[in-house]
Order: sequence, then structure tokens, then C-alpha cells
Amino acid sequence: MTMLDDRPSEEANPELEKKAERAEGWRGFFIALPTYAYLVVFFVLPLLIIVVFSFAERSRTGKPVLGEWTLEWWIKLGEPLVRTVAIRSVWLAFLNTAICLLIGYPFAYWIATRKSAITRNFLLVLVLIPFWSNFLVRTYAWRTLLDSNGLITKVGEWTGLWGKMLFTEPAVFLGLVYGYLPFMVLPLYAAIEHLDWNLVEAARDLYAGAWKAFRKVTLPLSKPGIIAGSILVFIPSLGAYVTPDLLGGAKTTLLGNYIVTQFKSGRNWPFGATLSVTILAVMMVATIIYFRKGGKTL
Amino acid sequence: MTAAVGIREVTKRFGTDVTAVDNVSLDIVDGEFFSLLGPSGCGKTTMLRMIAGLEFPTEGSIQIFGEELALRPPNKRPVNTVFQSYALFPHMTVEKNVAFGLEMRKVGKAETTERVARAIEAVHMKGMEKRKPNQLSGGQQQRVALARALVNRPKVLLLDEPLGALDLKLRQAMQIELKDIQAEVGITFIYVTHDQEEALTMSNRIGVMQDGELLQVGTPEEIYERPVNRFVAEFIGETNFVDGTATEEDRVRLTDGTVVHAISDAPTGTDVTLTLRPEKIQIHTRGATDINPERNQISATITRQLYYGESLYYELKISGGELLDARLENIPSLRRWDVGSEVTISFHREAAEALTS
Amino acid sequence: MSVQQGTAHRPWVDRLLSVSGWLVFAFLYLPIAILVIYSFSNNRIVGIWGGFTWRWYDRMIHNPEMMGALWNSAKVALISTIFATVLGTMAGIALDRYRKWLGKQAFDVIMYLPVIIPEVTMGAMLLIWFTQVLPISLSIWTIVLGHIAFSTSFVAIIVRARLANLDDSLEEAAMDLYANRWTTFRRVTLPLIMPGVMGGALLALTLSLDDVIITEFVQGPGASLLPVYVFGLIKKQVTPEINAVSTLMLAVSMVLVFISLGFQARSKSGGSNKEA
Repeated sequence: MTMLDDRPSEEANPELEKKAERAEGWRGFFIALPTYAYLVVFFVLPLLIIVVFSFAERSRTGKPVLGEWTLEWWIKLGEPLVRTVAIRSVWLAFLNTAICLLIGYPFAYWIATRKSAITRNFLLVLVLIPFWSNFLVRTYAWRTLLDSNGLITKVGEWTGLWGKMLFTEPAVFLGLVYGYLPFMVLPLYAAIEHLDWNLVEAARDLYAGAWKAFRKVTLPLSKPGIIAGSILVFIPSLGAYVTPDLLGGAKTTLLGNYIVTQFKSGRNWPFGATLSVTILAVMMVATIIYFRKGGKTL
Repeated sequence: MTAAVGIREVTKRFGTDVTAVDNVSLDIVDGEFFSLLGPSGCGKTTMLRMIAGLEFPTEGSIQIFGEELALRPPNKRPVNTVFQSYALFPHMTVEKNVAFGLEMRKVGKAETTERVARAIEAVHMKGMEKRKPNQLSGGQQQRVALARALVNRPKVLLLDEPLGALDLKLRQAMQIELKDIQAEVGITFIYVTHDQEEALTMSNRIGVMQDGELLQVGTPEEIYERPVNRFVAEFIGETNFVDGTATEEDRVRLTDGTVVHAISDAPTGTDVTLTLRPEKIQIHTRGATDINPERNQISATITRQLYYGESLYYELKISGGELLDARLENIPSLRRWDVGSEVTISFHREAAEALTS
Repeated sequence: MSVQQGTAHRPWVDRLLSVSGWLVFAFLYLPIAILVIYSFSNNRIVGIWGGFTWRWYDRMIHNPEMMGALWNSAKVALISTIFATVLGTMAGIALDRYRKWLGKQAFDVIMYLPVIIPEVTMGAMLLIWFTQVLPISLSIWTIVLGHIAFSTSFVAIIVRARLANLDDSLEEAAMDLYANRWTTFRRVTLPLIMPGVMGGALLALTLSLDDVIITEFVQGPGASLLPVYVFGLIKKQVTPEINAVSTLMLAVSMVLVFISLGFQARSKSGGSNKEA
């Protein structure tokens, strides 16, 4: 709706219409302006600055020194230790996404296909509670389970299948799956719940078996949920900090902790900046690839 | 007399290449039920929205009772709108919805209460005042929307396909009711619809639009009997088209050489198209002698027959090769024809009209 | 929501789905349940039951550092939520209701970035920005600034989605009925997007109360928030007192879940009538 206030008795002409459109545009701009300004100052500029600082020299205290430029930190990315951490992080994030999808899809499908709305809503609330619950607390819960006195350890010792898992890679992995599974289930549920089930019936009518109908109709139609869920799981697991710190200890450092370390005990801010930019880049590339691939394969 | 709504050379462009309304001029008389009719995308809704003030014309003048308000915002215009989706405020009761306009105009409490009650009564919604819109049926929502607009006593009421969402039975009932309400309040209604039957039955006058242009303005009879071009003839009701050439005044030569009488003012030699409504055609045995001399005669063959209950449809092939539809009322004395029968068809000299575009 | 049609499965498929479904729920809930149980255990070692006690809750309440962190958390969450909600709502309106304006396309991208950026990156860049570029010393206020920066986007996205589902003609009807812009916003638009605004606010609150990483980066000396404080405690030594404070944090999350469900239920009954 575009209009010009307080011009009571004039005929319209293209110039006045343009003027009204411009006035409307300015209105939109001014409504957005406070948020715009805030995000530029506290998001966009910091984002640009961190790129600049990844080329800065390091002072004795670890802080970046502007004015002296170096490629040292970008070259450092190629060091074996950094590579190990990066590969481990990407691999765990990828594996976590895959496992969450594998567990989450049948789970979300089960909830979404319950006949009565009351059952569906009840089960959905049961998913929402861990989704909204404090992440740190949920990770902490595993710390005690996996410790020497923990239930999981006891069960493992009793059956002789495993020992104390705390501070190992499997523990981190378990923590990641536990932490991010709800992020996968919710978008999947939304996608499957909104599916037009007549289409599945049509497929069955056209001689598709139950599995074929699922493969050819249900699964492709729930693709938006799969994409959303995968992104919601992959991004935070790639930058995971709390989980590896609490469950992995020093031996299973991931990129998240490694970056934090650079700013704290590591005293190497410029390298921390470099790693931060890298992780952001990896995440963006992964997201774009996923969207592209997702569009073709599914 | 000043027109209720005077539209002068109004054009609305969206962006650079979409012209939704193209140089439309139109006078709408006080107290008339005027319909803007056309297929979707023809610009009729944009035209209505410009009268409402929800859209701002690119060029031209829109006057309501002589007052220029092309550029005036909607809240400062003496018109009200019944929206296609009704646009009832879902968070307000029926009563609050109807009172909204009066409240905005700071009408006193006592008067508001009284006018709201009367408006709700007028649309037969008494007893539903405290309900929320989602507790009402489509027809009831429609009535509330109508009351909400009429309670403000607008000089002109704008209706944007208000019956589009209702089922057929309810739509027919509401058509009659709308007409009654209009007669009662006596204000100008401007009614946008794509339903030609609705426009024909309800309106005093109709404006037919296509691609942003106003093609024809006239009474339902004028529009139906004397369409100005092929589009109008085809859009309103069913019709047959037969190609020909104008010979002299009111004469047209068909492709097979037959010359028929028709309403025509096309200059001699121009190509024309005859429009002939199916119900104006009569079928006779070949060589019948009792045909009224005022009627044109053409030989034809029956190619198809369809039974419609109240009427019978015949598809006929005339000597020029064109296929015509004829609709005969199913009266007891009606003679039935088999497919393949050689017949003569006839139509009155004034039943066919020669169109040049 | 209606009854799902066309979802008939063979019985064994259904049984398999059900069994695995409940197993997933067990996986999601057992760790939390055990955590809560041990907050009442009268034994210093978490994992060995020592009889019921309120002792750890008592210790928690009388731990001034813990209570200080709790108070800081509440303060930061509340202030950042208020700002994020107002800023996010305005951004959502500008993006959905205004077709074209200066820098809209760029803003649209900027708006979504904080949602997808890894938290470590966000924390690192804010730390550098605050300490190396702006003359600000780290304090509870730098945490607030950081929290607003990431939760505003979430609010904006939710409000924008709500607006997109809101039939434009409702606002047009209000203007047609003599309401000016501001009245239209106050009487029609705002009440109708309120469930979205409140949903966004609750999300902002939760994000702020959950955040560890960004807070760790931009907190000042001695002004920690509860999750970061607890995080530090866990790394030192696991005690039942941590279970007690964790239980408290879970309880707060649960309350927020049910408030948000309440808003959703209300929005469904009085929501948009676009489908009509």
C-alpha cells in the first residue's frame, strides 16, 4: 500500500506516485534503522575486523598488533596438529549429523504419524522439553553417567563390554548426539506432519509398495525438514565447545575448544581469529554444498 | 448531476512493465449497483482498490461526489470496503468489529452502541454479537463484514468479490439479500466480480474490463445483447462466432456466399465476425415454408445432441463449415432431431450482430 | 490438526517404530532423570546413592558466588531479551511489510548471519571488537551487547514468519475503517503478531540463559553468569551441588517451554484467518 498523506485535492501523476513510493521506502528504512545500526556495529564490523586481525602480528601477551601484517597464521593452519583437530571436528560434526538423521527420522516419522492429534502433541511436547532445556546441564548429565561411578560405566563393567568412557572420543560423540538430536527431530517432525498423505495413498493406489511409496513420496517431500535439521545439527557441532570440553578432556580437542584456547592459555589471538574465520568459511561452504546436493540427490 | 464516483483517465502501473489499469474513465451514478466484471488479472480489483485508497493511481483523477481524492489515504475517504477474505479482525468480537470504524471516527458511545446494534440486526446477526469471527460460518462472516462497512454510512460501498468464497446455494441467497440491502440503504454499490451471471442479475450497470482496459459500460441487457467486441460477447454468456464480410448496411456475406441480415454498421468490404447466441437459433425441417420472413435461414446438419434437462443442445455444421451451438428450451412440443439430420436453421435479423474486433 | 490419513502401516512396522520411539525418549530423558535424582542424594560422590537430602540445595542458596552468578544471568537475560524483542520485531516488520527500501537486500542477509554463524566465531570477533577496537572494558554489559546481537535475529525471523502469515487485508480493512497507520499497528497488527513476538522473546530468553561460549569470551572479571560459573565448577570437580543448580536450571527451562506452549495454543485459537 503506497499513498501520500495530506494531499487532499490533487490529481495523480507519475511524479507524485514516485514520491509516495519513496516516502514509503523511507518509512521501512527508518523502522529497520535501529536494528540495522546495531547489527552493523556489533556484528558486521566485528566480523570484518576479525578477518583483518587474522593477518596481524602477535604481541608478547598474545594480543594482535595492527600495522604489522603476516601470513603466518594462515600458513599455520597446515600444521599437522591443526589439521588433526580440524579433520576430527569436521568428521565428528558430519558423523553426528548422519547419526542424528538416522535416529531422528524414524523417530519424527513415528510421532508425526500417530493417529490422534492429542498423542502427537503430547509426544511433541516431550521432544520440546529437551530442545529448550539448558544445553550445559544436559551435557553435564552425561559427565556423571560416563564417570567411574556412573551408570553407563557400571553397566559396561558388568557386561564386560566397555569401561570408563569419559574423556574419550566416543564420549564426545555420544554427548554430541544427545545434545543435538532434538534440533534434528523438530524440523523433521514439522515437515512430515505437514505432508499431504493423500499423495502417499495415491502412490499406493498406483501400485507402489509401502517401502516404495515411502522412498518415492514421503522421503522426497520431507526434504526441507532433512535439510533444515542437518544444518541445525551440523553448524553447532562443528563449533562445539561445551561437549568436548566436559566429556573429551584434553585428548579430544575440537575446533571450538582449540579456538577458545588461543584466546586464553594459548595467548595467540591472531591465530584464534584465523581459526574463527576458517570455521565460519567451512560452515558456509558445507551449507551451500548441502543445499546444492540436496536439490539434486533427494 | 455530479456522479457518485467520477473516474477520469486513471492509469495504474506496477513497476515499469505492468499496467494494471489503463486509462480508464467512468462515471458511476448515485444509488446505482455498478459491477466491474472481468477475468482475474483484468484490473478490476486494482480499480476498486484505487477508489478505496488502498492503491495510489499513477495518473488520473478519482472524484467522489465532486471531491478529488485520488491521493487521499483510505482512512480519510467517505467509502468503505467489503474485502474478498472479509478481513474480519480475528481478535475482536462481532460487535467490536462492527464498532471499529465508528470508534476510529470518535462517534459517541451511545450512538455507537445504537448504530452497531441496528447494523447487526440489519444483516440478521442478532445474538451473535459476542462471537469471534472464527466461530462464524462463511456466510455469517460475510454478513458481519457487510455490517462493519455499512454502519459507517459510507457514500459509496465497495465490494471485492464478496461472495467468491461461499458455496453456490448460499451465494444465490446472498445475492438477493445484497440487492435488498442496497435498495434499503440507497447508496452506491461498486461490486467487483468475475462471475458474469452474478453481474447480470444484480447490477444496474456493468463495466467489462480486460487487460486493464474498460471495454464496455452498459446495462446488463446492453452488455448481453449488444457486446462491443468478441471478448465481451464470449465472456458474458455463451455465443457462436461466424466469420463474414460486411456488404451493405445490416448485411453480411458468410464464407459460403450466403448473405444474412444482421445488425452491422461496418463499412462495406470489412471483415466481421457475427455473434449469435445459442438460444436465438431455431431448427426447422429442410425446406420448411412456415418460417417468419424476418428471420435469416441457413442450411445445416446436426452433428451432436446433448440433453440438459431444462434444455437441449444441438451442435450444427452450417454450409460454410463452421460449427454452431443451438440451445432449445425443453418444452412439450419440442421436435427432437437425430444426429445427421439435414435441417434449416433460422435466427432473427436483430439476433446476430457484426463485430469488427 | 486433524487425524492423519494415509498413514496405515503394517503392524510390525508400527510396533518397530513405537519401540524405537520410546527407546529414543528413554535416551533423551534417562540422563536428565538421573541427574535430578542425584541432586537429592546425601553422598558427596555423584553416582552413589546416600539417602534423600535437601542439603545441596541449601548449599547452593547459601553460596554467594552462585547466587551472584544467578542474579547476573537473570539481569542479562531480561535486559537482552527486551532489547532483542523490540529490535527484532521492528526488523521483522520492515522486512515483511515494506517492499523496497535503502539497503534492504543487504539487511536481509545480515539479519540471518547471526543465526548460522558458529558461536565461537561470534564470541571471538566480539572479544576482539570490544577489547582491541572499541574503548570498552569487558563487563556484564559487554555480555548484554553480545546476547542482543545474536538473539535479535531469532526474534526477527519468528516475527517475520508471523507477519507473512497475516493477511494484508486485515490492516487494509483497519485503514479503510478510518484508522491511521499508528492506530492500525496498535489495534490490529501488534495484537495479531503478539504470539510471534512473545515466542521470539522466549527464545531470546532461553538463548541468553543457555549461552556459555559467547559469555566466556566477553565477560569481565568477576561478573560471570550462572552457566559459565557452573561450567567452571564442573571442570574443577563434580559435586551434587552442581546437580542441584542443574535441576534448578532445568526447572526454569520447563517453565519457559510451558509458557511458550501456552502462547502457541492461544495463537492457534485466535490466529490469522488467511485460510478463510
